Amino acid sequence: MKRRLFMKGTLAGSAITTALGAGLLAPRAVLAAWPESAMTSKEIGDTGMASATVKIKAPEIAENGAVVPVTVDATGVDGIVESISIVAAANGVPLAATYNMKEGAIPFVSTRLKMGKTGDVYGVVKTASGTVNAKTQVKVTIGGCGG
Amino acid sequence: MAKSAVKLRAKAKKGMIDIKCLMSHPMETGLRKDKKTGEKIPAHFIQTVVAEKNGTPFMSADFNSTISKNPYLRIQVAGEKGDEIKVTWTDNKGESSSGAKAAK
Repeated sequence: MKRRLFMKGTLAGSAITTALGAGLLAPRAVLAAWPESAMTSKEIGDTGMASATVKIKAPEIAENGAVVPVTVDATGVDGIVESISIVAAANGVPLAATYNMKEGAIPFVSTRLKMGKTGDVYGVVKTASGTVNAKTQVKVTIGGCGG
Repeated sequence: MAKSAVKLRAKAKKGMIDIKCLMSHPMETGLRKDKKTGEKIPAHFIQTVVAEKNGTPFMSADFNSTISKNPYLRIQVAGEKGDEIKVTWTDNKGESSSGAKAAK
């Protein structure tokens, strides 16, 4: 009796794993637009020239590295903004997010990042005429001993 | 998880709409280990977020796993009161969810 139950259990289990496997494989192909090479690269990438027209706001000291609020305001940048990227230089994979702007969008984004340790956070703004950035340092003080 | 995983607020002011939204998602990096079993927790994070105004996308974002869990997003778009704003996310497992609201 017990053996029968066991068999049933394993069969059901394997059916679920197959379903999961299929679910895992399918979306990869669909989401080809997601820039996987950039999102797994350990390099900071092209951040362009530093510019005062880009404003970045992040806390000087982040008590919790799991939630670091970052705001990038590129409304002062000349020309049409194509994209805004947020890069946390000290992270294993620095690129955190890229926002692609289309018609009507105002180049202003705010989000929250995870940061492993103290480091610079870049707001990288891409326009038709070039790339500009602003950076700010965020001290991460997990453990409460100060940065 | 399935029920409205995007909380959205859209406020119109001086010809632009200020959109704030919260997505409920674990955002696992794939690097964290389960404390009990010592096994790695598989990566599970939002990859793309698309924001639309009256059915036309105005912003698409690519997220990495370094975005905090339950991601918060604030964006702005030119628009008027009553414009329909919709935010949709898709994660690396192909799951997706969206939230929509008319700008106040």
